[in-house]
Amino acid sequence: MTEENAAPEQIPIVDYLNLSDPPFLLAQQCDSCGARFFDRRNACASCGGRSFSEAKVSSEGVLEAFSIVHRAAPTIPVPYVSAIVKTDDGTSVRTNIINTPADTEHVTLGMRVSLATYEAGEDDRGTKCIAFGFEPVGR
Amino acid sequence: MSDDLWILGTSMTPFGRHTDLDVVDLASQAALGALDDGGVGIADMDVLACGSLFQASAGLGQQLQDQIGQTGIPVYNVSNACATGATALRTVIMSIKAGESDMGLAVGVEQMGKMGLLAGASRRAEENVYEPSGRYGSVMSVDGILGTNTMPGVFAQAGMKYAYENDGVEFEQFAKVAHKNHAHSTVNPLAQYQKEFSLEEIMQSPMTSYPNTLLMCCPTGDGAAAAVVISGERLRSLSSEQQRRAVKISASVLTSDPYVEGGQVQPDVNTLTRNAATAAYEAAGVGPEDLDLVELHDCFATAELIHYDNLQLCEPGGAGDFIDSGAPYRDGSMPVNVSGGLISKGHPIGATGIANVFEVATHLRGEAGDRQIPDAKVGLTHVIGLGSSCGVHILEAAAA
Repeated sequence: MTEENAAPEQIPIVDYLNLSDPPFLLAQQCDSCGARFFDRRNACASCGGRSFSEAKVSSEGVLEAFSIVHRAAPTIPVPYVSAIVKTDDGTSVRTNIINTPADTEHVTLGMRVSLATYEAGEDDRGTKCIAFGFEPVGR
Repeated sequence: MSDDLWILGTSMTPFGRHTDLDVVDLASQAALGALDDGGVGIADMDVLACGSLFQASAGLGQQLQDQIGQTGIPVYNVSNACATGATALRTVIMSIKAGESDMGLAVGVEQMGKMGLLAGASRRAEENVYEPSGRYGSVMSVDGILGTNTMPGVFAQAGMKYAYENDGVEFEQFAKVAHKNHAHSTVNPLAQYQKEFSLEEIMQSPMTSYPNTLLMCCPTGDGAAAAVVISGERLRSLSSEQQRRAVKISASVLTSDPYVEGGQVQPDVNTLTRNAATAAYEAAGVGPEDLDLVELHDCFATAELIHYDNLQLCEPGGAGDFIDSGAPYRDGSMPVNVSGGLISKGHPIGATGIANVFEVATHLRGEAGDRQIPDAKVGLTHVIGLGSSCGVHILEAAAA
């Protein structure tokens, strides 16, 4: 097997998760207005600008909204905590809250959270999928 | 040229499970009902707009014509998320405003059956080799891993963000919304469910997505609604009885999301609703204090609460106090969703944005029977579909 065909050891669940040590999220930031996006861009939804630069997103932030999801499509384990985190540099991130029980005693609005990664699966070649979540700070 | 617009006739089918009818039957019932209600026929229509979210691509408007009259008029098949019905209505309004039509028919219909939870994605079982794909380069479905795609969860988060930013909003305030709407539905014979529940029963029903329990979520279902829209000039050529029962469309507004930070991460259902409401109040020359009733988009209890604020029905930040005060109950100062709302009346998606117009118009005509809001003169309808699209209409009882 050539080097080119060798399966990677791990792969991020989405391409905006950078698996450096420590891992971080990478946004596309509009060069004109600074708006940040996580998807492949054609132009900026805020100002129409067409050039973007990669921007490292702060890995700590505040839990602004969450829902404890008890009903989901089959094969998705429940309950889980879906959330919107506002990072310290003002970027909104959609995520799960992980490494804490899925209840309102442990998950509260306004709590500090930080980025964490975990293995979400392995494919037939042995490549591990690395996903991210946010966990309560201090864990 | 006269630029006033009126609802001449309107109708809706009962919402629920119509297993003995197909989607064309439902659309036909509502369409014929609206034509009869207005005292006109399909041959009088200059334009037809037919809204359906899941079935628009089937050419439903033409299938409807096949049933009730092929007159050769232009047909627009409309699909615009949960604002589909309002968009169909507005399509007819725009045609009349443009001077192409004097009178037209808008129909909204959906046959959903028991679709269950919308917009959650199953994860593939038969993996596989991870390959990044799509706009985010994802290697697997991220629903349930990077937050939720399910509607109850997304709207739960919208409500929780409001709770984070404002005082006095807890699980109980959200539950009270569902208590109110289930109670209201007991006097609406067209509602899918007509059963009252105690606040305790609502809070203890199975959790769907905290803080939305099962009884705080709208059901899927089948149904249709229709409205005949007419120019003021044409209306004044009709009988005095038709003129007396006509309801004025004082504002018709459709908005989409302006850019806000985070809006592509968690749908922002607030800004476009606020913009639509502001534009509608200005166009109609009325304020929220002038409204006698409101039918707003309570797809989930968490959604209704935040729209009190978005539609300026309460003090800024005061939606929790507003529901606690009883104001939006049918005997309160600002009745909201006296039909039972989406939560109990039902939400056959394409029909919803015209069914709310039917409800308000029926009150403004004084024809709402047991659920009549006394002396109703001005009402507002609101729908929002994620993506997003928001439709607001203000209707007034007024002599032509």
